[in-house]
Amino acid sequence: MYRYLIKRTFSALVVTWIVATLVFFMLRAVPGDPLAAMLFDVGDPQAAQELSQKYGLDQPVHIQYVKWLGHMLQGDFGSSIYGSRVPVSQIISEALPRTISLALLSFFIAITIAVPAGIFAAIRKNSALDHSMTMLAFLGLSMPDFWLAILLIIVFAAHLHWLPAIGYVPISQGVWPWLKHLILPSIAAGTAFSAIIARMIRSSMLEVIKTDYIQVARSKGLRKKTILLVHALPNALIPVVTVIGIAFALLMATTVVIENVFSIKGIGRVLIQGILNRDYPVVQGAILVVSVIFIFTNLLVDLLYTVIDPRIRYE
Amino acid sequence: MARTSTAQRIEQNADQNSAESTDHRSRWADWWLTVVHDKKAFAGLIVLTILLMTAVLAPLIAPYDPNAMEYDMMEPPSFKHPLGTDDLGRDLLSRIIYGTKISLFIGITTVAISLSIGVVLGVVAGYFGGWLDHIIMRYIDLQWAFPNFIIAVYLVAVFGTGILNLTIAISLAFLDDFARITRGMVLTIKKEQYVSAARAMGASDYRIMRRYILPNATAPIIVQATVSVSYAILAEAALSFLGLGVEATTPTWGLILAEGRSFISRAWWLGVFPGLAIMLTVLSINFLGDALRDFMDVRESRGLI
Amino acid sequence: MELTKLSSLFEVEDLRTQFFTPTGIVKAVDGISYTVDEGETVAIVGESGCGKSVSALSILGLIPEPAGKIAGGSIRFMGTDLLKLSDEEIRRMRGRQFAMIFQEPMTSLNPVLTIGRQIRETLQTHLGLSREQAMQRAEELLGMVGIADAGGRLKQYPHQLSGGMRQRVMIAMALSCEPELIIADEPTTALDVTIQAQILELMKDLTHRFDVALIIITHNLGVVARYADRVNVMYAGKFVEMGTALQIYHGPKHPYTLGLLRSVPRLDHPRSERLIPIVGQPPDLTRLGNGCTYEPRCSFRVSRCAAEFPPMQNIGDGHFSACWQYKEVDQTTRDRS
Repeated sequence: MYRYLIKRTFSALVVTWIVATLVFFMLRAVPGDPLAAMLFDVGDPQAAQELSQKYGLDQPVHIQYVKWLGHMLQGDFGSSIYGSRVPVSQIISEALPRTISLALLSFFIAITIAVPAGIFAAIRKNSALDHSMTMLAFLGLSMPDFWLAILLIIVFAAHLHWLPAIGYVPISQGVWPWLKHLILPSIAAGTAFSAIIARMIRSSMLEVIKTDYIQVARSKGLRKKTILLVHALPNALIPVVTVIGIAFALLMATTVVIENVFSIKGIGRVLIQGILNRDYPVVQGAILVVSVIFIFTNLLVDLLYTVIDPRIRYE
Repeated sequence: MARTSTAQRIEQNADQNSAESTDHRSRWADWWLTVVHDKKAFAGLIVLTILLMTAVLAPLIAPYDPNAMEYDMMEPPSFKHPLGTDDLGRDLLSRIIYGTKISLFIGITTVAISLSIGVVLGVVAGYFGGWLDHIIMRYIDLQWAFPNFIIAVYLVAVFGTGILNLTIAISLAFLDDFARITRGMVLTIKKEQYVSAARAMGASDYRIMRRYILPNATAPIIVQATVSVSYAILAEAALSFLGLGVEATTPTWGLILAEGRSFISRAWWLGVFPGLAIMLTVLSINFLGDALRDFMDVRESRGLI
Repeated sequence: MELTKLSSLFEVEDLRTQFFTPTGIVKAVDGISYTVDEGETVAIVGESGCGKSVSALSILGLIPEPAGKIAGGSIRFMGTDLLKLSDEEIRRMRGRQFAMIFQEPMTSLNPVLTIGRQIRETLQTHLGLSREQAMQRAEELLGMVGIADAGGRLKQYPHQLSGGMRQRVMIAMALSCEPELIIADEPTTALDVTIQAQILELMKDLTHRFDVALIIITHNLGVVARYADRVNVMYAGKFVEMGTALQIYHGPKHPYTLGLLRSVPRLDHPRSERLIPIVGQPPDLTRLGNGCTYEPRCSFRVSRCAAEFPPMQNIGDGHFSACWQYKEVDQTTRDRS
């Protein structure tokens, strides 16, 4: 098993490198030479000269690439071409906690709703509860996430004034303020994810309930709750874990949009603003961070798999 | 050189298996019956038909010019303006009607392009195998590790905004699903007897791919196409909403939402109706797609693919 | 003073179980009655689809509703009619008073739980043992069923055990609370031939040691001959012949039993002798007529057979047959030997 872990981790690192390289070359392929534009913006010729040397802009592409890689590994992602030339790494390190807060809270809320919903729908198959859950799931999947966000804002912020519509408060300033600002965004971001998980759990549970070993468990006279939670659910969760990996990627994609709706300065907002402003160092850095998040989430899910399924653990 | 009678018999058998046979007609009839029986799918079909007609007949149906800023601003829904007006005095209903045309057009076009490229890649990779398969699939796997929407965002970052770039970006972003599914089907079909028989009789690769492999692979591809259209529409809406999509002059639903975004606290209709249009469209496609998938599953389990 | 036994340990009377399908009601079990005494081994024999497994599931109350339903009859276990008990009451008896061993050892154990966990569950649930006590007993049980390194095996997962070992675990689970009755549904069918004998010997040994009554369901006549005290032959949801193993083997009094015996290849008969299969197909259980269900395939049939269903008749010495022509069947057997 350890050989598998090492292989997967290595593969993840390779993919990260490939993505970084792709990002590098693709942004330089953009018509209009944004980096020249970047220099032009600088104004002061001396500073321009320094920048040019630092990033090797006057040199052939492959040398630029190597220089860039070197900078990256040292944590230097360049600076925003605007205003006070804030280093990209600083922008990202301020943005990251916000994105992670939102993603985790969304994940948590979604799972808390989806798992019981899926289980109940399975044990009461074809009941009114089941049908309404399926319909809700369809709705959740068909609604644009940003539209749901807007609806939530209209109802809860604009009309009821219960919750704020924008902004983010770091948890250091209090748990409730932090939570208050994240509730609506989390619901908006987590709904589609929740729908996918709930449906998956339902179908997985239905499969598991039909198995021989569950019939054996019943024949042993075990309590219904035990059979459901100890015998059935762990087996049902195994295929769900794969789906969680894919669904989490969707969750992250949604987070990018949601951050923009609620003006939360997370990675997603940084990325979009960067694209709109043609602030390429920022875009580069943000794309890389987002990519790394995806790659390593996939890795995590693969590893999680080995923990959950004893058949894989003891090969 | 005599053709073996066994090979001939297998080829005849394959003709019956191929979608280009008379089975074709009954397949559509079966599908129609399935849709009619599934209430959700039928409702979805009706809604989609209405939407398509709206899109085509937009200039005839829309009560006002979508870009005319002559009306009272920020008016709530009324008899005169059934969905209200926006901050520039434009009628929302008309804008949404015109938006149907563009949103649906982008959704369908992007998937058509994506399907064409993806299926070709999948067939080539699956059929020829070897280093070609390896290279193509390395790239497809790479793309597959990221959500399609994020890739579309990346591509817009590179190409820039605007409707043409948007279309290209979304088309490329959705390639991976088609390529993977097609390749999977090709690998399965490749092992069928009738393919070996055809090859034994000297059929060219192109002929085999076109006549035997592709027709039998269509089922999952069609299902994927419906799923992709719904995601493409959502992607376009999201990108336009973020300002990364169409130009300000072409009203797509996402753009209309973006424009109304700042005013939703005072004008809820600007936030509700454009999104509702998107949701109804996607929901209908999902219902249809679900019915389609069930139908394909049943046929597959009966060995008819 | 010896008390005369007023009732057996286990009595089934006119049990009827049905399934509702789109094509009609399937009468899987259509009125069977039999008894099992303490410590006795009773076999139910018949082809696939005759309803024997369904009768076992009916006893345990595992018939899935609403697809199926126990439509009538009574199942008396130590005097109590199981069919009149609530779900909770039956649940408490399952695993404790009676237990079941299923056919497929490869899929009968939960893949994500350890062997130890799966054995000690019943002990903790029904007997209230603590985890440590239960684990200790589980280890003893594994030893009893012939698994070496019992302590180590307790921590393992099912996929780490072979099919034969898993079936032994199933036996251990069934015996864990020392039930009065064990039902074994085709316990060796899914195992290698060499293992089959071991498992059967093990079951015979343990059931005698613990004085457990055993209902063994099988289509394998060889098994029945060696291990059963009494045999019930089942066809299309009904019993057609009942008796001791000896009676059934040496003097079958129903055409179906005779047919079964004749269709089994035997080592002690000359190879040139032809096998005599039973002609025809098993009946459609949604369309049963008024006459004998076996009649279409029967070589002894007369006109009465199609018209009237033959009741189970006592032909002496605890031997029963449901056939109008049982005397003719008996004659044929005598002629051949």
